[in-house]
Amino acid sequence: MKVVNFELYAPKLVDKGEYFCAGHRACQGCGEALAIRLMCKALGPDTVIVNATGCMEVVSSLYPTTAWNLPWIHVAFPNAASVGSGVEAGLKALRRKGKIPDRDVKTVAIGGDGATVDIGFQALSGAMERGHNLLYVCFDNEAYMNTGIQRSGATPFGASTTTAPAGKVSPGKQVWKKNVPEIMVAHRVPYVATASHSHPLDLITKVKKARALQGPAYIHCLSVCPTGWRIPPHACIKVARLAVETGIFPLYEVEEGKYRLTVDSAPLRPVEDYLSIQGRFRHLTPAHTAAIQHRVTQEYHTLLEKIHHLRAWAEVTEP
Amino acid sequence: MSTREGMEIAFAAAEAAALCRPEVIAAYPITPNTHIPEHLSDIVADGRLDAEFICVESEHSALSACCGASATGARVFTATSSQGLLFMGEVMPIVSAMRLPVVMALGNRAVSAPINIWNDHSDIMSQRDTGWISLFAANGQEVIDMIIQAFKIAEHPHVMLPVNVNLDGFQLTHVVEPMLFPDQDEVDRFLPPYTPFATLHPDKVVSMGTLGMPDIFNEAMQAKDAAVIGSLPVIEAVWQEWERHFGRAYEPVYAYRTEDAEVLLVTMGSLSETAEAAIDALRDRRVPAGLLKLRLWRPFPREAFTAAAKGARVLAVMDRAVSFGGVAGPVGAEVRACFYPGPAHPLIVNKIIGLGGRDVTVENFIAIVEEARATTVQPEGYQLYGVRGLS
Repeated sequence: MKVVNFELYAPKLVDKGEYFCAGHRACQGCGEALAIRLMCKALGPDTVIVNATGCMEVVSSLYPTTAWNLPWIHVAFPNAASVGSGVEAGLKALRRKGKIPDRDVKTVAIGGDGATVDIGFQALSGAMERGHNLLYVCFDNEAYMNTGIQRSGATPFGASTTTAPAGKVSPGKQVWKKNVPEIMVAHRVPYVATASHSHPLDLITKVKKARALQGPAYIHCLSVCPTGWRIPPHACIKVARLAVETGIFPLYEVEEGKYRLTVDSAPLRPVEDYLSIQGRFRHLTPAHTAAIQHRVTQEYHTLLEKIHHLRAWAEVTEP
Repeated sequence: MSTREGMEIAFAAAEAAALCRPEVIAAYPITPNTHIPEHLSDIVADGRLDAEFICVESEHSALSACCGASATGARVFTATSSQGLLFMGEVMPIVSAMRLPVVMALGNRAVSAPINIWNDHSDIMSQRDTGWISLFAANGQEVIDMIIQAFKIAEHPHVMLPVNVNLDGFQLTHVVEPMLFPDQDEVDRFLPPYTPFATLHPDKVVSMGTLGMPDIFNEAMQAKDAAVIGSLPVIEAVWQEWERHFGRAYEPVYAYRTEDAEVLLVTMGSLSETAEAAIDALRDRRVPAGLLKLRLWRPFPREAFTAAAKGARVLAVMDRAVSFGGVAGPVGAEVRACFYPGPAHPLIVNKIIGLGGRDVTVENFIAIVEEARATTVQPEGYQLYGVRGLS
């Protein structure tokens, strides 16, 4: 049966429960807070959240208040994945021994890009390799925003940050963003996806998929930070959408090694549309923009090649 | 009925931990503790223990995983040494502040550099102020007993703190000794299942590890300190209960042949056994010397210690770690501070010995006691004992 006007009805099916509640102290227009709210709705109540140190931990857990309507733990900066490993193992052992109710409670570790691609990278890799029933979601706002917009491994080329600032002889960050979703694919985990709060149903669908499987999964969610990106708060969704439409942040998923584009943005808009409206890229010259355009086009085609190649391979090998 | 068996002490530590029925074990290999998690993984692999064994990719993750597992209400065990403990360092004070009763066997080893796998106490001393309860074992039997006691202490509702059981690397971990292993039934009677105060589960939603601003941080630290100080009577009660169950007595400060002693050696860990032999030899020569063996390092048993040291003219305090540029070694400084408010001060000689696995012999202790006996004025600072090339 073909569903007509899916986009119209689907939002009505989203969980009305609020698990990441109003009253937290995130900045106006925070994309990460929105993304987490959507993620929690997709996960539902039988979830334990393990939160790395970062903006979300700070804004949501100021003692004696909490924004969390889910069991939640924060331990430190680099160890959301390893604390999550312990939570998952604890729940598993206690359930097996009949010490907690016999139902599926999902452990979900969350962290910002610093906590994921830099300081917590080893713990993440270890947790994925060990095969815990653990979903890790990285909320990538492309710098250490909590400590004041310092450059991380996820900061894009050319962005000006407080530790890789644009100056008279430097255009800001001079190397490219680390591609952690691809590294997670290389771990051969059952499910890897990218997501964005500009595409809420896509985000929810991916979280639900990862929630449903028994094993490790990784979602890399672009999370616009108006404060750090030097954009007005109301531009949060627009900028996130442009990241997808320019091919800078393509939305795709990799299920058991098979790539699929979940949002087809063809034809891609020029990166200029995305870069020119953000203060962190204000200093870029046309040459820089051209270099970024070249790289983005190249990477996007590499992604498409993987999709087509693996689709063709599947057609050959599967009856 | 307990069973007497000869075994490597690291294996015995694993057997003791298994008797406590931990639900999650997370550990990373580092010499000299490695045989503890190795043997535990054997026990799990053979189905003798129903537990999740997490082979983490680092010690930081080992303690982090323990933290997460303990927060779900599972009983949790880990083991490490030296650099491994230092790598856990970030998580150490968090575990205690979150009041998670993790138990750790710590195969004490020197801290780099130069890299050295052998025994001293510089690892635990670097983590002294993290809010963990620290027990020191002098032999294999004490290792077994203390690991079982540690769970009971850690999980006591008035304590709810992590405990590390210190066993000297190689001198204990790799030594084969005859030891009494309690039966599972006996351990089950002594150690009931863990009843956590709050757990991570959707049936009762809690937030753990929240942000504490300056207006609450002082109070949080006071609460943690009160918990550590308040654990002392519980530790003593657990030890009395242990004696009733198993017949072996434990006390924070064990006094050996201290009657009418002019000089008292003060030791922790495996040095104590060597020191006992030295005291026996000295007593044979009618030298009035005795030994105070510290079994409890944190919380420091100040009253018990000053009471046990009463009457001695000189205390010869042994340290196995250097507080570089400080006024004394960690134990030396503690002992000095202990006496400060009181009217009577024994002379305190502070020797730093046995660093990085350097052997400490009965003869060394005899010489130290003789030197202490000849001491008539309080010496300055401390001395690294047996350094070659110094006149």
